[in-house]
Formats: sequence, C-alpha cells, structure tokens
Amino acid sequence: MVPFAGWEMPVQYEGIIPENRAVREKLGVFDISHMGQVFVSSDTVGVAASWLDSILTNNVARLDVGQGQYTLLLNETGGVIDDLIVYRQTENDYFLVVNASMVDKDVDWMQAKLPESDVTLGNRSSEFAGLAVQGPAAVTAFQTMFGESARLPERFCMATLTTPDGDVIICRTGYTGEDGFELFCAAASGPDWWQRCTVAGATPAGLGARDSLRLEKCYPLNGNDLSPDRTPLEAGLAFAVDLHKPDFVGRETLIRQKTKGLHRRLVAIKQTGKSPPPRPGYLVLSGDEEVGILSSGGVSPNLGCGISMAYIASGHNKPGTPLEIEIRGKRFSAEVVKKPFI
Amino acid sequence: MNVPDNLKYTESHEWVRLEDGDIVTVGITDYAQNEMTELVYIELPEVGRQFSAKDEIAVVESVKSASDIYAPVSGEVVAVNDALADDAATVNNSPFDKGWLFKLKLSNPSELQHLMGPGDYTGKIS
Repeated sequence: MVPFAGWEMPVQYEGIIPENRAVREKLGVFDISHMGQVFVSSDTVGVAASWLDSILTNNVARLDVGQGQYTLLLNETGGVIDDLIVYRQTENDYFLVVNASMVDKDVDWMQAKLPESDVTLGNRSSEFAGLAVQGPAAVTAFQTMFGESARLPERFCMATLTTPDGDVIICRTGYTGEDGFELFCAAASGPDWWQRCTVAGATPAGLGARDSLRLEKCYPLNGNDLSPDRTPLEAGLAFAVDLHKPDFVGRETLIRQKTKGLHRRLVAIKQTGKSPPPRPGYLVLSGDEEVGILSSGGVSPNLGCGISMAYIASGHNKPGTPLEIEIRGKRFSAEVVKKPFI
Repeated sequence: MNVPDNLKYTESHEWVRLEDGDIVTVGITDYAQNEMTELVYIELPEVGRQFSAKDEIAVVESVKSASDIYAPVSGEVVAVNDALADDAATVNNSPFDKGWLFKLKLSNPSELQHLMGPGDYTGKIS
C-alpha cells in the first residue's frame, strides 16, 4: 500500500506484470474510489452547458443525454489544472469525474468561476466508491453482473442502473486502452461490488499495473505529464480542445500557440538498447544538448523494454529522432516513436 | 520467508556467504526480492573496483522502483553474475543461489562480525 492523494492505495496485488497482462488479455478490476465526482446542474436548458463550455476545452454543448467526453480544465494561461471526463446525465445535469489529487483545486477553481445564479455545483466525491473493470472480457462480465437484458452503454457513454443492490453509474470509459467500464456506487457498497467484479472474472489490479497500462497507450497522468505550465496542445491533446468555441479559460494562449507553433511537445520515447528502466525526472539529451526531462517512464510489460514520455524541444521531437537518456550518470540510447507504444 | 542458516545478513537485506579464503558472495534476500517484486534490471559493479562497507555498489530495479544495494563489507569486486544481464528475474526465482550478485575479496575480514546471523535477521523481517 502507498499513500496517494490522501488515500491508501495498493500498488499491486499479484504483481504489476501479471495484472497488466490480465487487463490486456482478459479482465482486471481497479479500485478508483479516490477519483472525484462533481455534479453541475441548472434549471434552465443550456445554462449549465454553456457555463461548462466557458471553463472546459472540449465542446459540452455537443453532448446528447448519456454521452461523455474527455476534456481539460485550464488556468488563465492555458496550463492544465486537470483532465477529466464530463457526462451529460440528464437534460440539465452534468457529471464530472476528476482526478483524486485535484478534487479540491478543481472545485475551488470552478466555484470561483460560478455565475451568480442558476448553476449549482456539488462535490459528492466522498459519497461514491468507484471500480474500473477493464479488459476484452468486460462486456461478458457486465452481463454476468447485471443480467443478460442489461445494456452496457456505448463507448464514452454513461447510464444509471437500478439494481437490487442500489443504483450504480456505469461509464464506458477507462484508463487502460482496453474496452471496459467504470462503476460508481454508494461508498458503503464498494466492497460488495468489488466482490461481484472478481466473481465475474476480474483480476484485482493496482496502481502499478494501471500506470503501466496507461503509459503503453500514452495516456497522460496529471501531475506527471500534465501541469499548469504545459498546455493541452503541447501535450498532444488537441482532440479534446475545441478552438472554434468563442471563448473558454486559456483559449488565448492556445490560439497563439496554434498560430506561432509549439516550442515543445509531449512525445513517446523508447529505449533502443539494453537499459535500466527510464523513470520520471531523468534527463533527455541529443548530443550534448539537454532537450527534455522524462515526465513518465517505466518498463512496458508487453514490449519488454523501457518506455517513457517527455516534453521535447522542437527539432528533436519527430518520430525516429535518436536521443539519449541519462541514468545514474550513464547515457542509454533511445528514440522518439509514434504514439501510442502499443 | 526463506532465511538459510549458512549465511550472514545486513540491515539492508543483503546476504553474505563466506567462500574459501577471503572471498564472499553477496546477493539480496528472499525477503528483499519479494518486497521489490518483478526485477527487470540489475546494475552490477565493475570487476576490480574497490568498495567500503555500506557504499552503494549495485542497483536493483523492479517494474515499480530502483533500489540501491550496499556493500556489506569492504573489498574488491572479483566477480559479478553476468547471467543477470539477460534475466534479472533470476534474483526473484533463486535469490540465494543462481541469483547471486557479486563476489568481493575481503579487505577487512573482521567486518564479517558486524553482520547479522540468520536468527537475528529472521527477527528483523518478521
């Protein structure tokens, strides 16, 4: 167990490698109760959506009821406060799933931007337990848990299911690159749902496996790969930014970057020879020039080699560019590769 | 947890086996490999280099983290287990045998007295 954003979290159960493999090949379940749940509502149609559109990068107005989207909360200079998923739960109600370490910051930031009337914001993070059921067998497990007639929402959609064991919110999303769903239930019934997931065939998986899975797919981790000094464009998240929206917090910086070009980009780097595992904080060099610092890194259980991400200065960030990673005073060869790793 | 009777142990979970003469073999204990889990890379010292007791002498890396290994006693590195370069997991599978790390030629044999016996080490990890 390790401390994580005020929670005690298991790094691993059986081991990072077998847990990673279980998710890629069959099914794993992660305790994601640490993640935050924030609800935004208004009495008037469109008001909550347009407020959210003024503080988030993606396009909330485009969401139909039941749909969700990956999006970012930016500061005034375009830096990332948090990355999150926003779902349209009903006509006027939105459900946001945010990072554990950022719940308070997000809510404070949003509270400060709240209009004087007609939008309500509720941080209900402590009411929910969360489980991420991930892997190719997710659909089968879902039917086992909820019955053959229950319908798993489409990718990036959500639904509230009423069951004899209480209501659960099911979101067809995840952080592993595999099919799967996230289940949010009343905090007290978390252990029972965990049990049901394992009975349905999911292998318990910890933070370590989760980190290796997301890194193999180049999903950024806030605090490592995302920060208040980096914009979503630099992070390669333009797909979650709608610059056609008339205005949102941070937009000016993004428009400027788009016009003038980016000085650095978050790229995927693979070790090309025998090397210790690359880890966050290691220096990236091109010849004798320092071109970046690893923001994430580790061993890919599926590729069997070191993989990492770093913001790399332009001129050195195209796939195929040879680089070196400095590890304990020695240099190890690596190269920029196309995202994702697998 | 396996703690063989014929070895000496350190606070930092290395084991030491006295070979013929003034040579010792060093590895990490079953407890240590179990704590670190899934070793993926092992950085061994250069043969011929001299180390003092408690110097950082090697690095053992698991999927999740890197851990320093300390020289249990002072001496010169006379051999390293090159086979670990291709399969670091040998240390997980056979910590006291095939997973040995390096051999030192003792420069101060009296330091062996400062190491723990199997009884004390078992007490420490239980």
